[in-house]
Amino acid sequence: MTRFSAWNVFWQGMSGQRGWSRQWRDPESKPHYDAVIVGGGLHGLATAYYLAKTYGLRNAAVLEKGWIGGGNAGRNTTIVRSNYARPGNRQFYEHSLKLWEELSHELNYNVMFSQRSHIALLHSPGAIDAAARNYNTLRRTGTPDAEIWGLEQLKQVVPHLNYAAGARFPVMGAAVQKRAGTARHDAVVWGYARAADQLGVDILQNCAVTGVERDGGRITALETTRGRITAGKVGFAVAGNTSRLWSMAGLGRLPIESHKLQAFVSEPLKPLLDQVMVFGMGGAHFYISQSDKGGMVFGGDLDWYTSYAQRGNLPIVQDVAEAAMSVMPCLGRVKLLRHWAGVVDMSMDGSHFICRTPLDNLYLNTGWNYGGFKATPAAGWWFADLIANGRPAPIIADFDLKRFERGLQIDERGAGPDPKLHG
Amino acid sequence: MTRISCPFCGPRDHAEFSYGGDGSITYPALEAPMQDWHDAVFLRENICGWQVETWQHLHGCRMWLKVERDTMTHEIRSVAPAHPGLAAALESGL
Ligand SMILES: Cc1cc2nc3c(=O)[nH]c(=O)nc-3n(C[C@H](O)[C@H](O)[C@H](O)COP(=O)(O)OP(=O)(O)OC[C@H]3O[C@@H](n4cnc5c(N)ncnc54)[C@H](O)[C@@H]3O)c2cc1C
Ligand SMILES: [Zn+2]
Repeated sequence: MTRFSAWNVFWQGMSGQRGWSRQWRDPESKPHYDAVIVGGGLHGLATAYYLAKTYGLRNAAVLEKGWIGGGNAGRNTTIVRSNYARPGNRQFYEHSLKLWEELSHELNYNVMFSQRSHIALLHSPGAIDAAARNYNTLRRTGTPDAEIWGLEQLKQVVPHLNYAAGARFPVMGAAVQKRAGTARHDAVVWGYARAADQLGVDILQNCAVTGVERDGGRITALETTRGRITAGKVGFAVAGNTSRLWSMAGLGRLPIESHKLQAFVSEPLKPLLDQVMVFGMGGAHFYISQSDKGGMVFGGDLDWYTSYAQRGNLPIVQDVAEAAMSVMPCLGRVKLLRHWAGVVDMSMDGSHFICRTPLDNLYLNTGWNYGGFKATPAAGWWFADLIANGRPAPIIADFDLKRFERGLQIDERGAGPDPKLHG
Repeated sequence: MTRISCPFCGPRDHAEFSYGGDGSITYPALEAPMQDWHDAVFLRENICGWQVETWQHLHGCRMWLKVERDTMTHEIRSVAPAHPGLAAALESGL
């Protein structure tokens, strides 16, 4: 594998780009691995990378039923931020953001992390007070770049929002995180895959787990479409498909539901929006950024009902278009290029699980709702730590399956135990 | 577009309805042990395939319905009033 460097790029440019090698191998599956991660999304690949890099676990594999990055890793709207206010979430996402800031160097792969600010619009004095409270908490606990902006400041930075007197949702200000932004999701997949592969991790694509063999309280082997694989330790990181794997392992019910979430990309435009902009009022929800190619990337709410189909419905298209028009009327004539859906694992309180399970050697990463892209580096980091050491570090100690029994809900939205309400 | 055949109003676009949730959950008695309540409130079968769920015909008759739906294909197999009394009334033609 060729390392990327300025010299290398220059040299390849001079010699017809013919000297690049494969980015990762396509190995035969071995009959046994010390650690097997099921799910070749971002979390699975990142976990395998840190397992190999930090804990020296090189006889490891990532099993992916399709192609790596074909799930939510390649379907999300790429927003990265750490402006979460609840204890636990705050520390976790800030750690993740710090890792993002070094990720391109860490992986020797340009993940195009762009810290262009995350601007959440505020529409009432109450919303401003609530945001100010959260953002003051952030500033006092290690996230210095959280700011509350008044209307004048916002108008200067984002001039083409609907500031009209008759606007359906008059804007009063914004909560802004400046170090937040976007990254190229495919590049993150390829970067982690390449780095993990280089450390000896086998990335097995077209390898679906179809059955789980158990010996009492342990998993002994996984049946896959590429043969039977025995494993010392097993990690599940399969996003919206966790309940299916969970029942293959004979484990009953989970505090999650699978829902689909749609995203949209417009035709490419000249530079229009240099930030990530988010709007949420009552039932309306909309977020938008502009990709480096010029496409407007945006989305809104879930489809409201549980689903395993990676395809969306039309009412949400209308919903999102309405929200877009009420906050950015200039989008009215822009043509939609594509839209698609991903299956996300919505948890009961809107927060994730990185935890041990009732089985001795099975570890679980799930419940990312629709915010798990930003979590990628920290999710991989702490899931690897959990798998390698067999115990949760303090930063993930509350993200276990038993927290509801203890009366703890890490409920960022205050929406209660109803998965479809946690955006 | 998915349609739901409301037993009271006939086939309607699913956008007229609001999704309630997993219809197989029965809530325990108020004085039931904490664990039973925990399980009913927080745990889900989360089936990939046929699932019984509740929907409300929000922009129609406002009745709650029990809908049998495939969560992979979104095909709907049966729709019935969620309230057994109403179901009985409907069947007896009253
Ligand atoms: C439309 C949309 C927009 C989003 N926007 C954002 C955003 O802006 N910011 C943000 O932070 N988050 C966002 N998210 C959420 C984020 O994408 C997810 O939380 C995150 O990607 C989940 O982790 P993952 O990448 O590991 O999952 P995935 O990429 O879905 O990985 C899971 C993998 O497991 C594989 N798998 C499943 N079953 C099996 C099996 N039996 N055997 C083998 N492999 C299996 C799947 O094929 C899949 O590749 C968005 C999600 C969607 C759908
Ligand atoms: Zn009706």
